[in-house]
Amino acid sequence: MGPGVDGNQGLAATLWRRPRLQLSLLLAGPVGWLVIAYLGSLAVLFVAAFWRLDTFSGEVVHDYGLSNFQTLWEVDVYRTIVLRTVAIAAAVTVTDALLAFPIAFYMAKVASRRVRALLVILVVLPLWSSYLVKVYAWRIILAEDGILNWALDPFGLSGPGFGNVATWLVFSYLWLPYMILPIYAGLERIPDSLLDASGDLGAGAGKTFRRVVLPMALPAVVAGSIFTFSLTLGDYITPQIVSSTQFIGNVVYTNVGVANNLPLAAAFATVPVVIMILYLLGARRLGAFESL
Amino acid sequence: MRDARWAAVAAATVAMAVVVGCGSSDSGGGSGAKVKAPEGPKALTKLGAGEGQVNLIAWAGYVEDGSTDPKVDWVTPFEKQTGCKVNVKIGNTSDEMVTLMRTGQYDGVSASGDATLRLIAGGDVAPVNTDLIPNYKDVFAGLKNKPWNTVDGKPYGIPHGRGANLLMWRADKVKPAPDSWGAVFDSSSPYKGKVTAYDNPIYIADAALYLKSAQPDLKITNPYELDDKQFSAAVDLLKKQRSLIGEYWSDYTKEQAAFTSGDSELGTTWQVIANLLTADKVPVKVALPKEGATGWSDTWMISAKAKHPNCMYMWMNHIISPKANAQVAEWFGEAPANAKSCGQTADPNHCKIFHADDENYFSKVSYWTTPTKDCGDDRGAVCKDYSEWVQAWTEIKG
Repeated sequence: MGPGVDGNQGLAATLWRRPRLQLSLLLAGPVGWLVIAYLGSLAVLFVAAFWRLDTFSGEVVHDYGLSNFQTLWEVDVYRTIVLRTVAIAAAVTVTDALLAFPIAFYMAKVASRRVRALLVILVVLPLWSSYLVKVYAWRIILAEDGILNWALDPFGLSGPGFGNVATWLVFSYLWLPYMILPIYAGLERIPDSLLDASGDLGAGAGKTFRRVVLPMALPAVVAGSIFTFSLTLGDYITPQIVSSTQFIGNVVYTNVGVANNLPLAAAFATVPVVIMILYLLGARRLGAFESL
Repeated sequence: MRDARWAAVAAATVAMAVVVGCGSSDSGGGSGAKVKAPEGPKALTKLGAGEGQVNLIAWAGYVEDGSTDPKVDWVTPFEKQTGCKVNVKIGNTSDEMVTLMRTGQYDGVSASGDATLRLIAGGDVAPVNTDLIPNYKDVFAGLKNKPWNTVDGKPYGIPHGRGANLLMWRADKVKPAPDSWGAVFDSSSPYKGKVTAYDNPIYIADAALYLKSAQPDLKITNPYELDDKQFSAAVDLLKKQRSLIGEYWSDYTKEQAAFTSGDSELGTTWQVIANLLTADKVPVKVALPKEGATGWSDTWMISAKAKHPNCMYMWMNHIISPKANAQVAEWFGEAPANAKSCGQTADPNHCKIFHADDENYFSKVSYWTTPTKDCGDDRGAVCKDYSEWVQAWTEIKG
């Protein structure tokens, strides 16, 4: 008998009839990863928010204070940027929900099997191409001599140009699949018989939608909104390409990359974390996590 | 029960991460002096044999080994000649370069004037012994011993080249041709929504430069040394300008695209962008407005912790040699530092187009410099430092 076999037997003997130990060993890797790499970095971020920058040497001073949060609270521009970011994220979420619901409903309840498969592919297709390619494509569409202005010109209109409207449009386009797929999955789970029953009991199409479909699909819509809202909230590349407006992410990026002011960036980065925690708590109450 | 145990483990791990994250580090000294060079770093006294490689941080286009364009190569001859293999990391902004240099992993950097003083004050770079760099004698006098590359009479780098931030406009849309920066600050401008500006805190200096002549009562002497009143006047001007701006530009391809498509018609630019647009038959014109302009003057600096100092000295000598300096100046689109380079450029008019030997032209250019607390004159330490510039820039963009 070789030593390796001996070792294996020893290990097997140790684990035998010890389910707790087995489970701990099995989960040690993934849980360790989650705790150290993910929660650990969040903790370091939070700690860094209380440091400050020495303005002369440009180096981070490790003593604790609330000066960064004070700056964020007292200087108007940061509040404006938070409100703008949240407002555009909310607008994108509402837009995507309105666009996605009919598509998802058609896919789940009306389309034949073949058409449904085709639609699923079409919805997922944009996710195969690079994020940057899609955003730059929108830049070309929205440019002064772009296709949008060319199409609107005969009617005496012109496109929105590069700005808040452009960011809203591009984000709505980018994250639409993330809204369609959860709603589609949610609607598919509603049995057709319920719709028939509602009709048999005298409810019209509108009433069936309001009283039967919507309440049952709402958790799915909220689940989709988590994606559209959080992805918009955290993005900083699209605003840079199709506008000159600043999102929370742009300010964080400038403070890390340009000003080397890590503490202020860390303080500002805690804002979207707090917003998302509140959002997720709300989403849980609406039952979104059962629909994911 | 089991959940509680996991939570305890998680909490312990987080606590550990926090403790590690809080590891103390020395805080930099915050004295009020303009820039005080730390005592530590010493210049090399004798050039030895090459160490076999050199690690550089550079602007895109400054260190070309033929991989971008086979005809554009001044690295391979250097490697053959000295045996120093060149490794380059591209820095996209001055701020990024400072951050990279502070890692201590690089031998040298091509720093603009808005980075050099920060590097010197931080003790990140060492003085340069110019006796060990034979080509230094041919550098234009207008570039030597300047406040952004020399402290206490000690040169901290080798001038690489320079250029101005010019006013550019679409000749077919903007009439009459502007000759003043007033064109981009005029609140009743007919080009509202088509004006562009450089997306960087250092652009505040452009507004200050304009105010220097437009509002003489502010007594602005240097657009990088702004006290409270001067600074808020410049920031207010830029906040008003915000409504004229279609979009800001930060990398040159973005501005090139915006002028081609017509999204921008008027604004600040670099000569190289104008050249590229003209080559694409976009009708643009550039001028150095009557108020003068901001600009850049780049300097090769050697790290205080350089692991390959001899190779770095050889590189500094090579990059300002007549041939290599001519190549890099033509490729990047700027005025070379070496006077002899003008005889080596592929386009015999290059030095003329970029005003390389025109000290009168460059006397109107205020080169990028890091704003510091100390104004550098009898006003004392009442000026706005760079971190305040960054914060103001965030507020200007809104």
